[in-house]
Amino acid sequence: MLNNKFVFDKLVEKFGEAIIGYEESYGLIAIYADKEFNLKILQYLYDDEEMGFRFMTDLTAIHYPDHKGEELIVTYLLYNMRKNLHLRLKFALDINEPNIYTASNIHPTANWQERECYDFFGVNFIGHPNLIRVLNVDEMDYFPMRKEFPLEDQTRRDKDDEMFGRGGSFNFGRFNV
Amino acid sequence: MIYNKRPVTHNTNLKVVDMPEGYQGEGFMAMQLSKVVGLARKNSIWPLPFATSCCGIEFMATMGSTYDLSRFGSERLAFTPRQCDLLMVMGTIAKKMAPVLKQVYVQMAEPRWVVAVGACASSGGIFDSYSVLQGIDQVIPVDVYVPGCPPRPEAIIDGILRIQDLVETESIRRRDSEEYQELLNSYGIS
Repeated sequence: MLNNKFVFDKLVEKFGEAIIGYEESYGLIAIYADKEFNLKILQYLYDDEEMGFRFMTDLTAIHYPDHKGEELIVTYLLYNMRKNLHLRLKFALDINEPNIYTASNIHPTANWQERECYDFFGVNFIGHPNLIRVLNVDEMDYFPMRKEFPLEDQTRRDKDDEMFGRGGSFNFGRFNV
Repeated sequence: MIYNKRPVTHNTNLKVVDMPEGYQGEGFMAMQLSKVVGLARKNSIWPLPFATSCCGIEFMATMGSTYDLSRFGSERLAFTPRQCDLLMVMGTIAKKMAPVLKQVYVQMAEPRWVVAVGACASSGGIFDSYSVLQGIDQVIPVDVYVPGCPPRPEAIIDGILRIQDLVETESIRRRDSEEYQELLNSYGIS
């Protein structure tokens, strides 16, 4: 019977120390693992008859500026279509060496997802066939979704900061801030 | 006559533009060339709609029969920059779109005018972000800004009328002037 516990137990049995953690929310399992094993785990989940996670729904990254040494979390969302089971795989990367192996040879979907992930978070997918920006302008020299960059466009001088919630004395509701 | 019994009657309440001032006698009329040219240009503007989002929908209403921009001589929309006089930029312009917009502007023949419709085209609007151009005047010169998010069709028509004022009173030699060349050079357009 394929369920969350079964998946986790099988992965621990197979990869041992490489599986770091386990988390379940709203019935959806998330497995934290060592980034060096990402391809092996993905390949195992794809090939194994009992697992059968052959569909990659999404691939993205999250930036946690406070988690020193593992600021970037690369997340794979896998799906077993036959058994209707989702699985999240998370790999933590150091923001100074954001290197992880590309999954585009196992799941061709990952090709564009990884390019987008590189575009916005600067994750370096080793072995990716064409790791260039896909959505932003080519001249952009930073990765805009990292939290060290403010959301607003910093090149403007003529916009009124008060109107955009950047400082100023606006306090419509007279809240204590 | 059976035709007179039809309920549809033709509208005879036509509005005709006033003739410019001039000196006329039998068989001739003398006036300033700039006024004739201004009159002709003003009432036959060909708009080129560059619509990327919701302001474009308002523009469609403006062109529809209720508001009917055709009343002001802008009967024909053309989707080729080489034939058009007025570039109407309506909607959010992403930074990736900016070179395309500039290319469209460069392809237009002189004299050309630009109207920025809506908050996004004028200043970036609510999209104060890394991906959105903060106003199209960063890449091309703009003649008239129409505020609103999105502006109502009346506002767009008012913008067109302001453009008509500019077109009517523009000096014939303005486009040859040094100031105009300087303006274009400041945008990197020669």
